[in-house]
Amino acid sequence: MSVTIRRCEEPPWTVLSVGGDLDVVGAPDLRQAVVAAVAEGSRLLTLDLSDLDFVDSFGIGAVVGALKRLRQRGGDLAVVCPTPRIRRVFEICDLDKILALHDSIDRVGSIEPTGSKAEARRL
Amino acid sequence: MSGRVEIEIPARADYVSLVRLVVAAAAELESGLDPPRVDDLRVAVSEATTNAIQAHIRSGCTHPVKVCCQCADQAVSVTVSDCGPGFDVEALPEMPPPDSPARLGRESGMGISIIRALSDSVDIRSGPSGTELHLVLGQRQPADT
Repeated sequence: MSVTIRRCEEPPWTVLSVGGDLDVVGAPDLRQAVVAAVAEGSRLLTLDLSDLDFVDSFGIGAVVGALKRLRQRGGDLAVVCPTPRIRRVFEICDLDKILALHDSIDRVGSIEPTGSKAEARRL
Repeated sequence: MSGRVEIEIPARADYVSLVRLVVAAAAELESGLDPPRVDDLRVAVSEATTNAIQAHIRSGCTHPVKVCCQCADQAVSVTVSDCGPGFDVEALPEMPPPDSPARLGRESGMGISIIRALSDSVDIRSGPSGTELHLVLGQRQPADT
């Protein structure tokens, strides 16, 4: 199954809902969607992975790239990741220590950005 | 329970999902591994197969990538073989710690780390004529990982 990406606005957050397989084939599509959102002014981005079936290091790399791109611009990334098998890959890569992993999209509007301006300056 | 499945695939990225599907199905049918460990197997095999395919693409090798899956009771071993140019197994860079600014600079090169984290054992033999990655994944508890 290839990746599917839907975009919607939940001010102040832009939400990218990602489904399917985020692997070597699907990850470039996510990178492209993030680049487009940032180019259009999004600085607070939520990746909703509730419908994601699979992720490996290529998907993780795309998420790291999104986080870096946003924090370099003073923005931040939140990830909604309720599925244990998906969350496990994030935890193995220690991404749970550098970005916010959430269990539900329901309260995305109330998510507080965790990235700091200091972090942005360091990158 | 036991079973052996061998697959040869063209070195194209869109075959990785097929390998995941076949190996996971064999594990479910033959090994008795719990679903979370089959999920781990799916990730580890995806990483190894993608690395092999990329090695062929980089070197222009037109031979197929080979994946051999051997299922036993409560364990699966997988060998992924390529004919790429090989790499220095001892020189693989370690992942920067999460509190390091360098961590966000690392968007690739995590595959072998993930395979090692998910598998009970990993053996990599690499040389100028190719790489063979052998992993074994058994029924350990999540608390052990």
